[in-house]
Formats: sequence, C-alpha cells, structure tokens
Amino acid sequence: MKSFKNHLSLITALITILFTIQVFIVVERSINAYEQNLKNDYSIIVVVNKSLEKKNFLKIDSTIESAEELDPSHVIDTFKDEMKEQNLKLLKLTLPKFYRVRLDHYPTPEEIEKVSKKLLRHPMITRVEDFARNHDVIYKLLLLFKEVSTLFAIAIFAVTTLLILKELRIWQFQHNERMNIMALFGAPLWMRSAVLFRLAIVDAILASLLVNGTFFLAVQYGWLQTQLKAIGITVDIYVLPKDPVILSVVAFVLSILLAMLVIAGSKEDS
Amino acid sequence: MDKVIVARDLTLAYNKDETIINKARFSIDSGEFVFITGPSGSGKSTLLKSLYGALTPQHGSLIVGGVEMNGIAAKKLNFLRRHIGIVFQDYKLIKEWTIEKNVMLPLIITGYSKDVSETQVDKLLTHVKLKHQAGKYPQELSGGEQQRVAMARALSHNPILILADEPTGNLDDYSSQVIWNLLEGANTQLKTTVLVVTHHIPEHMSVDYKHFNIEHGNIYEVL
Repeated sequence: MKSFKNHLSLITALITILFTIQVFIVVERSINAYEQNLKNDYSIIVVVNKSLEKKNFLKIDSTIESAEELDPSHVIDTFKDEMKEQNLKLLKLTLPKFYRVRLDHYPTPEEIEKVSKKLLRHPMITRVEDFARNHDVIYKLLLLFKEVSTLFAIAIFAVTTLLILKELRIWQFQHNERMNIMALFGAPLWMRSAVLFRLAIVDAILASLLVNGTFFLAVQYGWLQTQLKAIGITVDIYVLPKDPVILSVVAFVLSILLAMLVIAGSKEDS
Repeated sequence: MDKVIVARDLTLAYNKDETIINKARFSIDSGEFVFITGPSGSGKSTLLKSLYGALTPQHGSLIVGGVEMNGIAAKKLNFLRRHIGIVFQDYKLIKEWTIEKNVMLPLIITGYSKDVSETQVDKLLTHVKLKHQAGKYPQELSGGEQQRVAMARALSHNPILILADEPTGNLDDYSSQVIWNLLEGANTQLKTTVLVVTHHIPEHMSVDYKHFNIEHGNIYEVL
C-alpha cells in the first residue's frame, strides 16, 4: 500500500502529461483534416477567352495545383426550349471557357489576393471569382480554433509541469535522507540513485501502459470517431505503432529526467 | 603502532569568518578508545564530520586510515567510508527498510555475497539481542533498540574505525549502558578503534581510553 502510494503521485502526473500530448495530437490531426477538407472544397473560378492548358495555369503561380475546365452544358441546356439547335451550337462556341483552379494548400486572404491579381494579369483571362469574402470568414474561424487549441494545450502543459515540479520536491524529500545515509557508508552515486531510477522506470511503464490502453480501447469502441465523422472529419485517433512509441518515449524520458534532476539537486547533509 | 587518525594544524570552519577548530594537532593509534568532550557548540560534531569527510578542512592536514581528507576525491571518500562505521544520536536508519536490511547496508555497499551478509547480520542481531525484531521497521522499535540496530550496522563490515556522535544522547540509563558495552566490546574483542563524541564520559568504563577536550576552538588531551 505504501509502495503503491509512492508510485501513484508520479503515475498521475505522467498520465496527465501523456493524455494531454495524445489529445493535442488528435486535435492537431483534426485541424489538419479540417484544413484539408477546406482546401479540397475551395477553388477559384477563372473565365478565359480561349482554351488554356493546365501547364499555362501552373506557370502563373507556384501555389496553383490544378485547373480543370468546367463543362458549360448544363448552362446551355437551360436555353434548350427557347433557342434553336443551330443557335445553341453557336452559343456553345462563342461562350468563354470556365476553369476551376485549385491551390496546393488552404490559402490566407493575402495569398488569394495575390493569386487573383496574377491570374488577371494573364492576357487570356478576363475574370476571376475568388469567393474571398466567404473564404475570409472560414479562414478566421480555423485560425481561432487553432489558437484556442494551442492555448488549451499550453495551459494543461503548465499545470502538469507544476505537478511534476511538486512531485520532484516530494521525491527529494522522500529519498534525500536515504541517499544521505547510504552515502555515509560509502555507497557510490549509481547505487544511491538506483531506487529512484527503478521507481521512475516502473512508473513510466505503468503510465504509458494505462494511457496507451485507454486510447486503444477508445479506438476499438469508436465513440470519438463517430463524433468527428458527424462534422465531416475522418481522423486517426491512435496510430499504431507511432503513437504508443511517442507516448512511451515521452514517459521514459520525462521520468528519467525527473530522477536525474532529483539526484542533481540532492546534497549530502554536512 | 599504526596511526588511524593524524591531524596537523587542522583548521575547520563553515565560513571564512568563523573558525570552529583552530590549528589542532593530535593523533589516534589503531585500537584506541577515544572520547572527545566539550561544551555545546565547541566543535565536537564538526570535528567528527571532518573525520568522515562531510566537512573539508580549511587549512592543515587530516589523515584518516592513511587517506588525506583535504581535497579528497568522491571515489576515494566512498572507499574510505566503507572502512568506517558511524553511529549518530538520531540513529539515521532507513525507515523504509527492515532492521535486517538496515544492518546489511554496509555489506551491500561493500559487495559481500548474500549468504555471507545474511550470516553476518544474523550474528550481529543476535549479539545486540534484536534477532526477533529482524523483520520489523525502525519506527516499530524503541530508541534504545534503534541505537542497537545502528551499532550492529556500524560493526557489520568490520570497520577499522567507529565514529559515534553522542550515541547515548537520546537514551535512558539502561539503553545507554547497553550501547557503551557494545562500543567497549568492539574495541576490546575486535580491536576496532573507537572515537566517541559526548558531553559526559560514563563513570564505569572497563577499557583504557584517551580523552580530548575541545574549548574555544582548541583541542587538548586530558591526562
């Protein structure tokens, strides 16, 4: 029971940190997935006098990823009842060409303005519709979400750092006396510190097992994925083996670092 | 006879302005029983600290077990401490360890095998009449019993020198007598050099002893 209590406080701090890291990873993935969705949905409509090949568009700006010609058939079809077949053909020939231009990332309002200006400078392009106003609102919402999630992560990190520091002081208090007594009888540093490293390693194993187990079960159960799918985001909550490796490495490095700090901070009573 | 401790112009201080021991000169032969007395704050415990390397001499030379303590390296200090047994007024037992493991500590540090260590601990706990308490923890024992455990620990690795800092300071008369008997036994039977810092020398000592007194930073032998 006493031994369990010794472990519990460090395990709790480690679990909090690991949980925060994994949640932040999932939030980042969700934001990136949402940004990808926005990028896929966003395009600039360009009106051109004559046909332009994709390579001509790519030359205009390096952020342009693709350009596809829009079929005007459904527009022409609306005049089917009012115009003769011959006139319709003529209209089809004289109509300007419409292109949907996609960019390689979700652009900032400044980038949109820049690309639009470059497109308009092309002699064949007569008009550009960049839906800048609509885009601006969505972009600002995305930025806000990103900033809020970062602030949230920083706040949790600060709290857990305080937890770790508190734990550090408890460890110092708990183990300094024992280490001093061992030093009085000539124990080398590694022998005096062995108990701390053992405690740190055991706690790191337990904390990473608990957090990895929780996320593994969360994925199996699928509740979180269902919630994200509802808002159109498909994201990996727990990627094997990348995520357990990241969490385990963080747990080990943190707890070993903690043990080393305690050892560095412990002074022999004189 | 070999000298276990040699001090030449030994000056001890916690800071530059406050000298505790001033240019002390004394030596202690192997197998001697030595008392160091003096009023509170005279520097008795400070001198003891310098003997086990917890305080570095400010000036002069202090040789313990053939090792110069001034500027001693950590590795060499650890090696020296494995040949010294220390007893404190507050016992300094490891609370999380059983009595048996506490007594075994110097043997673990020195690298004795498990079998040898267990036999030695068994012998010592029988000697201090605490064999039946081997599995208990220090806080479950009385002060006198804890000090007997500390004595057993100090003797476990057959040290060349036992340093005791007011070993009976917290004990009643009966427990104090038990501790004095154990210290005398270590000196007469094992020929271990014993140095005790104390306020009062017990009246009925059965061994010959040397007596140093410290006053105003000076150490002198009481003849």
